[in-house]
Amino acid sequence: MQILHSGLLQRALVEIVVLGAACGALGVWLLHLRHAYAAESLAHAMLPGLVIASLLGIPLLLGAGAGVLATAALIALATRDARVGSEVAVGVTVTTAFGLGAVLALSPDVPVGLDKLLFGDLLGAGTADLLAAGALALLIALALAAGHRRLALTVFDPVAAPSLGARPARVELALLALLGVAFVAAVLSLGNLLVFALLVAPAAAAIRIAHGVASQLWLAAGLGAGAGLVGLVASAELDVAAGGSVALAAVALYALAALARPAGGRGVGGTRRSPVEALGAGR
Amino acid sequence: MSARAARLDVDGLAASYGAGPPALRDVSFSARAGQAVAVLGPNGGGKTTLFRALLGELGTVAGSVAIGGAVAYVPQTERSRLDFPVSALDVALMGAYERTPWYRRIAAPDRALARAALERVGLAEHERRRFGELSGGQRQRALVARALVQDAGVLLLDEPFAGVDSTSEEAIMGILDGLRADGRVLLIATHDVEQARRWDRVLCLRGAQVAYGPPASTLTNAVLEATYGEEIVMLDCGHRAVAIQHHDHAH
Repeated sequence: MQILHSGLLQRALVEIVVLGAACGALGVWLLHLRHAYAAESLAHAMLPGLVIASLLGIPLLLGAGAGVLATAALIALATRDARVGSEVAVGVTVTTAFGLGAVLALSPDVPVGLDKLLFGDLLGAGTADLLAAGALALLIALALAAGHRRLALTVFDPVAAPSLGARPARVELALLALLGVAFVAAVLSLGNLLVFALLVAPAAAAIRIAHGVASQLWLAAGLGAGAGLVGLVASAELDVAAGGSVALAAVALYALAALARPAGGRGVGGTRRSPVEALGAGR
Repeated sequence: MSARAARLDVDGLAASYGAGPPALRDVSFSARAGQAVAVLGPNGGGKTTLFRALLGELGTVAGSVAIGGAVAYVPQTERSRLDFPVSALDVALMGAYERTPWYRRIAAPDRALARAALERVGLAEHERRRFGELSGGQRQRALVARALVQDAGVLLLDEPFAGVDSTSEEAIMGILDGLRADGRVLLIATHDVEQARRWDRVLCLRGAQVAYGPPASTLTNAVLEATYGEEIVMLDCGHRAVAIQHHDHAH
């Protein structure tokens, strides 16, 4: 197999397996908190930051970080204002940012191509990218372990959570911040549009299959790593784009899980959610 | 679970959300150990505001609150995420989260406490069942078990009989009587005036305190009208009063 002999592919493989595992586990909480839409928005809103960093000649990671911070703050603000409706506010914010990024990216002075920013450059993963991915995985593992009980209280019972030791607003903000860090670390490899697939598809599959939160987290990490592995090997063998191939592999895993366990059982937003609760939650 | 000397003294309390005018004001009452207080009032009358102020989540604009013992909140079970994969035992164990460092397993004594609490509310054989698959009454009892694990001296119960069948209602009544016998203080928010008559004291709220005292002398027609305004309907020549509930999901 070609993949075993190419240093380029080996680095890409380590990178994608580590990122896949980290994003998979993070995605489980993201789906339980019903923040998938905010997550996708956050990913897209990095674009202007990336482009501006590219124009200014500063490291792209800094640009992505600034873009994510600005958007996370806006999303947190928008989610608090029930009158506007968080989805509308987020949608407007993000399409504006994405449009701005696209306009800027078409200027001839941008050294990095728009396609690389949108779809990533997995095969270009260098030592610095590997270190960033490893640090990210460590950070996510630590944060999810330290915050496990507070996250569970925030999801399960946000009204009583403060009396049990968790402040839901802070927990959600911390998770969005962690998500921002994950995007920044992963965006150069996976791209603006594809990073979302690794975050959501393995987690959605794990939530369908596993019965407890801890097993969902482990399974999602495994499925994320597996999707990275399968996707990258397929891309090398079939000579297709790596980012797209990984995203498709992640979604294929979800499709398999959906076939194995049809909706209505244990999925997020399945039929177990009572109508009263759906109304009360207001989203 | 041993008897305790919980008490609750509220004096001239006013609480507000953010910078606006107080959502609730002029609340003064005392509850001794072992007393159950029904909290009556229309939607938006201040029941939730009072609970949040007692939990320390709202700024108290004026007045003081003195609480002997920890405070636990027992929400309506429909407010919980029923699709979240936790068992009845997991829910009871949540009562020990605050005193457990994140890097530790929940301590053996706390696990024993959670099992004892589930036993006490009659859910011992259901401890492994998923919370979302329990009946409304069983879920309510699991949440009471969680408050017991919190070792709360003061329990704030939000409509504990809403969406509960009559068998479960009897079981919950028995459990609440047991909590009073322990010497805990119970505050029970309810829409049901008849239900309120069964407790030791009743607190009527409508943006401010309307009345407080034993139900027999407090729940007069004048007090009920002042509490519910247009929403009250008198039956049986004024002996029974029914509050019309307006279901409003945008609290």
